[in-house]
Amino acid sequence: MSRVSAKEDRDEARARQEAAVYSLLAKISEALEKGVVELYGVEIEADEIEVRLAAQAPQFPIPVVSTRPEAVAEARPGVKAAYEVAKAVEVVARRVVELARIAFEEPRPQFSGRVIEVKLGASREEGGTRERTHVIGGHTVPAYYYLTGYKPSHPPVFGGDVFDMRIALPKAVKLAFGDALDNPVEWARIWVEKYGAEAVDIHLVSTDPTIKDVPPEEAVKTVEAILQEVKVPVVVGGSGNPEKDVSVFRKIAEEFPTEGLVFNSLNLDMKLEDVCPSIAKTNAAVINFSPMDLDKAEQINRKVYDWIPRNRIILDLNIGGIGYGTEYGFTAMERARLSALMGNELLQHPFNVGAANAWGAREAWIAMDPYWGPKEIRGPLWETLTSLICLLAGADYYMLVHPLSLSTLKAVREYLLSEPKPKEPEKALDWLSKSLPVI
Amino acid sequence: MPWKPPTPIDVYQLLPRTNCGKCGEANCMAFAVRLVSLEVKPEDCTPLIEEERFRESYEKLRRLLLPPVKEVELKSPRRSVKIGGKYVLFRHELRYHNPTAIAIDVDDSMEAETLTSRVQMIERFEYEYVGQKLKLDAIAVRSVTGDLKRFAKTVFTVAENSSLPLILCSTNPALVEAALDVLCPSGHRPLIYAATKDNWREMAETARRFDVPLAIAAPGDLDMLVSLAKTLSEGMGLEELVLDPGCLVGPGGLSYTIKAYSWLRYKAAYDLWKYAGYPLLATPISVWTQVGGDPRDAMWWEAILATMLMTRYADLIIMHSLDGWVLLPQVIWRFQLYTDPRKPVSVPPGLREVGKPNEMSPVLVTTNYALTYSIVLSDVEKAKVSAWLLVVDTEGLAVDVSVAGRKFVGDKVAEVIKSTGLESKVKHRILVIPGKAARVSGEIEDATQWRVLVGPMDSSEIGKWLEKNWTPEKIKELTEEV
Repeated sequence: MSRVSAKEDRDEARARQEAAVYSLLAKISEALEKGVVELYGVEIEADEIEVRLAAQAPQFPIPVVSTRPEAVAEARPGVKAAYEVAKAVEVVARRVVELARIAFEEPRPQFSGRVIEVKLGASREEGGTRERTHVIGGHTVPAYYYLTGYKPSHPPVFGGDVFDMRIALPKAVKLAFGDALDNPVEWARIWVEKYGAEAVDIHLVSTDPTIKDVPPEEAVKTVEAILQEVKVPVVVGGSGNPEKDVSVFRKIAEEFPTEGLVFNSLNLDMKLEDVCPSIAKTNAAVINFSPMDLDKAEQINRKVYDWIPRNRIILDLNIGGIGYGTEYGFTAMERARLSALMGNELLQHPFNVGAANAWGAREAWIAMDPYWGPKEIRGPLWETLTSLICLLAGADYYMLVHPLSLSTLKAVREYLLSEPKPKEPEKALDWLSKSLPVI
Repeated sequence: MPWKPPTPIDVYQLLPRTNCGKCGEANCMAFAVRLVSLEVKPEDCTPLIEEERFRESYEKLRRLLLPPVKEVELKSPRRSVKIGGKYVLFRHELRYHNPTAIAIDVDDSMEAETLTSRVQMIERFEYEYVGQKLKLDAIAVRSVTGDLKRFAKTVFTVAENSSLPLILCSTNPALVEAALDVLCPSGHRPLIYAATKDNWREMAETARRFDVPLAIAAPGDLDMLVSLAKTLSEGMGLEELVLDPGCLVGPGGLSYTIKAYSWLRYKAAYDLWKYAGYPLLATPISVWTQVGGDPRDAMWWEAILATMLMTRYADLIIMHSLDGWVLLPQVIWRFQLYTDPRKPVSVPPGLREVGKPNEMSPVLVTTNYALTYSIVLSDVEKAKVSAWLLVVDTEGLAVDVSVAGRKFVGDKVAEVIKSTGLESKVKHRILVIPGKAARVSGEIEDATQWRVLVGPMDSSEIGKWLEKNWTPEKIKELTEEV
């Protein structure tokens, strides 16, 4: 008991002493503000203060001794003296503030849901002829928050776009593929061999009734030639015409039931009952398309479940290029993924991103004032940045148009999946004093 | 637990409850509802601020609505930039406040001419997007020479030639102090970058004396970063801090960087941990010393880092590239990311020219939902036709939604024809409306007395559609029918 009360006494005495110092400091500070100072009857011995303050843990802030330099410069001698005193006191006080070491505790959010895994492509063992196959999805936490380590269940996969006829493409793409743009098989080969595409997306635009109205049998030949030429998974895209896509997808599903194709895409405008049963009989996956609308995404998924198992469904919530609705797609993906991880089974699907949409942004393809740079660089940059925004929202599969976007995304993927431990962190501050090229 | 706004009832109790209407709302309850959704501020209630008897309530209210990420202000005599002030981790949980400020660097080794022209470029940077002027926000002054006088002089020159707030970048307290000596008397309130594990005492001292915000840099060391935040806030009494965990690229670097920014904001917004509750500063500029070779590689990676970190919670970024192609996607994405997801984004209604329209060019009608408008505009431009674009005030709703919600109606179209003087700009009296608005074609004809043609369902078809339907014969035919 007595020890406790002695301690209390000491504490009280110390608190009184501290209060005296603080009130002095506050007084000086206030006086300096007004430009008037009264220091009569004040005596300070620096040693004394140091002792008192040293005993004090820095639990509450030391009052601010504010001395605006211009105020000091104009001050009368009395003020100057006070300033010196204040500075001396501060120096003393400063010495006692020690670094309060604390640890950064890892965030530990709780999630109960899991994004299902979807297989792209089928190997020989699985009845197909793909030499490379991929699995996407499987997430139990939001992407790149490093909540349970740094290795995600499955990294994102990057595929290259190929069109079955010559369409209007930006110059930057023409530069990358040259004459192959007239030959989807060659185009696919260049994607895989030269640019490292991990899958090929063949878009059968020529089947569109308002374009060439190529019959499904012709489309089958194109797909077959590509399956022969490249050994990565193949994503089969329709023309976007809801009636025609049904017949094209049906025919292709019947012809290649074991290749683990991916059909891009099913939507609520299609007669799903006419196409899903055919796809269900194969080992193909489908992309359900629901532009920026989670209610409709749940709706289409629920419908498609009637025929196709959940682990063969990918979700596409659509994305607009930067400036063209990117935030809607981004937020739709973030919301869908969080909802999935919190247990909403209807949204527990990996995401597809049609990065080609990025080229729909005017800034990606028009000639602008020279200050904004050549469109040949703006285009791929637009596609790359739009894709990165989706990556942070958890995107799993990408359909890309430009090889520079693909190679950048692969590098970013490698970096993001490496152990988060910089080798020379101090280099982050090198920019402070280095001379940098001014262009 | 993430930050939760107080209930309207809690807030209502603290309001004057006089229903005076000075805030523009019908009554105090309506104001309370808008307060908790952070659409208005307590300061918008003038009696609350002005009358002594409400002082305590005001203080309580202010505390109830404080964001988990502190707001920090940088000032120049002419401009103020607020950073931080964030309430949520995910945009859809509410909205993000205070768009990421973008600062561009200059340094004290630059010749006077280079320096002033660079400052001018930063100052004049502007891009018009959905009716908004997108700009840069601050200038970061670095010291390459390490010379006190030279740095002070550079800072002085920058301040003289610019209206933007500054960031003083050096880990040398003497340099920072020399700059503050010339800057602060002129009404500037710059951010100091940065206090580190080695200089924090002196830097904190300086920040306190000049009453300016201070950034803490602890590259690669989150423990050190929050320890410094605790020490400087509680030990040294500094309130306005900014945190930089370091920007690194390459293996081990980028993953660390994204992790650090994500963890910091997570701890602030979800765990309400005060030592993480400060604005985050990112330095995409640091790729310039990490990526060698062609400067365009550095620019490419700087663009990537800027976009990723803006998306992952940076409240202020410092960049080196002043090239349009690097900055353009940043300012546009920033605008989008910081729009209120609860509200549709709109453009002002009115008449726009695409190409060089004349008195016989088609008049295409669309809504003032920014995205619809942008897409239609882009499609018409792509189609390489000259046309008038008549933007109807649908209160920021897309075509199908506004038709269903009775916002895309005859009277609204008539209104915008009148206000824009369209009748004197074209000779014909024909409107082309979106295919999705076919339902309201009759009422538009009735209200405007113009002929209405129903255009394609999607504006990407507009070129083809016009080619087929906007021919002299068809126009004549339609005109004669009337």
